[in-house]
Amino acid sequence: MADARDMTADPPARPPLAGGAPTAAATRPAAALRRQRPRGAWLVPTLYILFLLLPIYWLVNMSFKSNQEILGAFSLWPQQPTLRNYMVIFTDPAWYSGYINSIIYVVLNTVISVSVALPAAYAFSRYRFLGDKHLFFWLLTNRMAPPAVFALPFFQLYSAFGLIDTHIAVAIAHCLFNVPLAVWILEGFMSGVPKEIDETAYIDGYSFPRFFLRIFMPLIASGIGVAAFFCFMFSWVELLIARTLTTTDAKPIAATMTRTVSASGLDWGVLAAAGVLTIIPGALVIWFVRNYIAKGFALGRV
Amino acid sequence: MEKSWNNRAWFMVLPVLVLVAFSAVVPLMTVVNYSVQDTFGNNEFFWAGTEWFEELLASDRFWEAMGRNLVFSLVILAIEVPLGIFIALNMPRKGIGVSVCLVLMALPLLVPWNVVGTIWQVFGRVDIGLLGHTLEAIGIDYNYVSDPIDAWITVVLMDVWHWTSLVVLLCYAGLVSIPDAYYQAARIDGASRWAVFRYIQLPKMNRVLLIAVLLRFMDSFMIYTEPFVVTGGGPGNSTTFLSIDLVKMAVGQFDLGPAAAMSLVYFLIILLLSWVFYTVMTNRGVER
Repeated sequence: MADARDMTADPPARPPLAGGAPTAAATRPAAALRRQRPRGAWLVPTLYILFLLLPIYWLVNMSFKSNQEILGAFSLWPQQPTLRNYMVIFTDPAWYSGYINSIIYVVLNTVISVSVALPAAYAFSRYRFLGDKHLFFWLLTNRMAPPAVFALPFFQLYSAFGLIDTHIAVAIAHCLFNVPLAVWILEGFMSGVPKEIDETAYIDGYSFPRFFLRIFMPLIASGIGVAAFFCFMFSWVELLIARTLTTTDAKPIAATMTRTVSASGLDWGVLAAAGVLTIIPGALVIWFVRNYIAKGFALGRV
Repeated sequence: MEKSWNNRAWFMVLPVLVLVAFSAVVPLMTVVNYSVQDTFGNNEFFWAGTEWFEELLASDRFWEAMGRNLVFSLVILAIEVPLGIFIALNMPRKGIGVSVCLVLMALPLLVPWNVVGTIWQVFGRVDIGLLGHTLEAIGIDYNYVSDPIDAWITVVLMDVWHWTSLVVLLCYAGLVSIPDAYYQAARIDGASRWAVFRYIQLPKMNRVLLIAVLLRFMDSFMIYTEPFVVTGGGPGNSTTFLSIDLVKMAVGQFDLGPAAAMSLVYFLIILLLSWVFYTVMTNRGVER
């Protein structure tokens, strides 16, 4: 999926089979567009990126300072760089278990979301059936539902099942918005695979499960990767529901961060270090999905 | 693509249906239940009819939160959309620069929402933040903790920081799909740069822009975590948006009835917006 394929080709127009070098047709508009850009155009994205990175830099900067330095002297970079803040996080179970909890429910959620979304997306992209459009719309409304609306009923529902403060509770609750997302993204990718491939496979004597696993899934491998990435991400960034459903054993790192207030005031350094560590997972994998980011955020509709 | 009629496809959709129904329909029914009942505790409920809805629609608190939320959504749309288009137009189109730009610009989108709040909470503080400290140094009185206007500026700036990239990415996706022939034709006609933008690029970005506007509007309409971390809805109630108010009511004060009624009204608004979004998305093929 790392090839420099044109990120904007419409799902029907994109031949997922031809994953290779960009074609001449894909590079030519770029050349023409470049002529459309005024001299010094690079300045605009550069300034914008600077604006984006400045607050993040400030957080990183703080994470390497001691609290006295943060509160005492104002400096643009750490004068006495220290790893103490990170040491606190990696040695205190209350902190690092937050990361472990987050990762457990996020991975659980990603696996559940993608595996149930795969057959559903195939059904939506290949068949018409009773109520299909209503169902598709209903799924969308769940992606758009304000989590605040669900916070209280979720708490009661999961209490009734005795699931409060378990990883699986958060993982299932996050399915509310991640399953629709995965279905929409995968449907977009699947619609780009010509139906003739299915038919040829059936004529060749493939059963449906074998066709799906052996032929179809490799064809939409990048789609699965993108769907998984976005499920991972949206589950990772969500706090409201995760915090409502957990108390101690499954408490996410995001919720731990809201309670850094101690007797001696806020521990800014540790807070900053915890923040930096939550940005890292996203920053690490973003390179692989860079050409599909717009598609993922727009529910596969670009 | 020609789709064949096959009702057995339902079996493939079933797992999704069960899972999402468990997470969505059951809680929603609970909300409906509460919205028409009253309680004096002890788990004893009795019928209250539309009382909560009438109370809600007559309360200033609800309309103020709604008004703040609408103003917020419109302000960030007015900033993020033109800014996003402008940046997308100036993005590099070729080489390693494209990937670097895409990755760096997408970075804020991947930061956990409460950390976005934390970043700006720290960044804006006068004593330890770069922004607050710099503003103070050049003599601007800025304190988002006590001044409502400064709080608003901080929250809006934070949202611009967080989400403008989404508009940029979508617009960029629209721009690179414009075939070269359009530009050649424009060159032969001697079209100005503005004319190229107005008559070629903007119409071609139409659809992605619509997606961007709808997504930004809906997401900003249910914003919770970021302003909650930075301002906690304050100072006073100046940054209490619908979600913050709702959570305060439901979890903080445990006013189940009013909170449930508010949830439903809130959800209906989102439903209407989703319908617009869905209609736009699924009519795509027809328009072309």
